[in-house]
Amino acid sequence: MRTNLGLTIAVPRGALFAGTVDLLAALGIDTEELRGNDRKLLFEDIGVVTMRPSDVPTYVEAGAADIGVTGKDVLLEQLAHAPGERGRDVYELMDLGFGRCTMILASKADADPDHDPALESLRRLGVMRVATKYPRIAARYLEETGRQGEIVEVKGSVELAPLTGMVDAIVDLTATGTTLRENNLVEREQIVVCTARLIANPVSHKLKAAQIDALLAQLRALPVAGVG
Amino acid sequence: MIHPIPSGTRDVLPQETGEVRAITDTLRRVFDRHGYGEIYTPALEYESVLARADMAEARPAYRVFDETGAVLVLRSDMTAPIARVVATRYGDHDGPLRFCYFAHTYRGVRPQRGQLREMLQAGIELIGAPAPQGTAEALSVLCDSLEAVGLKDFRIGVGDASLFPALMESLDVPEDHREGLLEALVRRNFVALEHLLEQAGVSDEAAALLLDVPQRRGGPELLTDAPAPAVEAVTGMRRVYELLPESVAARVIFDLGLIRNIGYYTGAVFEVYDPALGAPIGGGGRYDELLGRFGRSMPAVGFALYVDSLHQALAGEERGTGALAELRSVTAAGESR
Repeated sequence: MRTNLGLTIAVPRGALFAGTVDLLAALGIDTEELRGNDRKLLFEDIGVVTMRPSDVPTYVEAGAADIGVTGKDVLLEQLAHAPGERGRDVYELMDLGFGRCTMILASKADADPDHDPALESLRRLGVMRVATKYPRIAARYLEETGRQGEIVEVKGSVELAPLTGMVDAIVDLTATGTTLRENNLVEREQIVVCTARLIANPVSHKLKAAQIDALLAQLRALPVAGVG
Repeated sequence: MIHPIPSGTRDVLPQETGEVRAITDTLRRVFDRHGYGEIYTPALEYESVLARADMAEARPAYRVFDETGAVLVLRSDMTAPIARVVATRYGDHDGPLRFCYFAHTYRGVRPQRGQLREMLQAGIELIGAPAPQGTAEALSVLCDSLEAVGLKDFRIGVGDASLFPALMESLDVPEDHREGLLEALVRRNFVALEHLLEQAGVSDEAAALLLDVPQRRGGPELLTDAPAPAVEAVTGMRRVYELLPESVAARVIFDLGLIRNIGYYTGAVFEVYDPALGAPIGGGGRYDELLGRFGRSMPAVGFALYVDSLHQALAGEERGTGALAELRSVTAAGESR
């Protein structure tokens, strides 16, 4: 069965892809081609466009997609920086519950389990150097917890940064903590729990109110989605 | 040689100027036909004077010192300057006063988002005309204007800025939680709204209502079964709706969650949407208390169209592009029903 909800949906490739596609399948959309073809970007029959998760808010804000699924981490990172400023102009409609992971602050393991090299650096040098792929979340977190930090933005393998001595700590997303352990890092502080969110374009939210509300009702009625 | 200009500003060359001029000329004729006189005000104003208006997120972003050390700002909208003009120059006029303007306004921008630092706005202010007649007149002029420039598929979202605060008041939401809840609604973060409602310690019933009501949007049927605390605002919307000519009424989408990010709105608020564009192309509302802040208490209503967005929407409709384009057939089918 091929069904189109009458909406263009931005679907994230990567960690949230499987959960999102399962959700679409549960809504009665034929997801066979979507699952089978990881090169194709545009699936017109079912109104789906695929992209990396951090691009989802961009497409939805511009109205190139009516709704989309992305992680709360992405939304937080693209959130406003200064007070009074706003983040992406997208509506956050629903917490989809899946893709649960935690934004954490981690530093190198030490023989003394209570000894955190990042805090030592803060104590002695007055600043902690933090590597992250989420510079805004990290900066905001340090600011909110009243600590001075120096943010080093890296694009991949954040775990490497403290191991080479470039930084004292990292701020990163973790689901199971395996990568941290394998790299001899210890989670020190939890910053925020992130799950997949359903977002909508403000204009679509008005002009396609019936379709979007019907979708929300369907999603809330799903027994397995773990919505909430 | 390439000499840069600030992001969010543009040079407008003859072809574009021609197209924009065609739009503004048409708008000017419509405004004129409805009796709105065009005015100019200075782009630079005293900060202390404009600060009387509660602009919230739309407050002026650019400040300079003049030669005496006074702080001047570049205006961020035309409503506050016109309120100043009315208080200063029409102190003994009983109203209603009708003004229109075509003016550049200046706002701070977020980088790489196509936001304009300098934005051409075309709009009207109707001062001394209370709801519902004044609101209905503004909506009618808005609709006439957009039809005259040839925009086909636009809709006007209508809400009421007082609805959600009244709802919170009557459902006994603790005072210190109200601002956060309102902020979540302004951003339409319904996930945050739900979490904040859990923390606010209101009854499940009240929380459900506070979450459900602002998500209601649709046709006039929405106005018939409003919950008790929202009745006043919804009755106001219905009175406006009853005064609208059929062609205008058909364009209206009621949106009980519509709140604009400008502080001075007191009653009806509206936004203009077109399927060819992902963001509103204009907006407005009632600001019954703004004139009072300038010392001349009068009810008022107005709207501003963002001329560049309107131009984009017109071009988008012409090309039939945009992910939202297919909606046109849906809307058309809905209207013929």
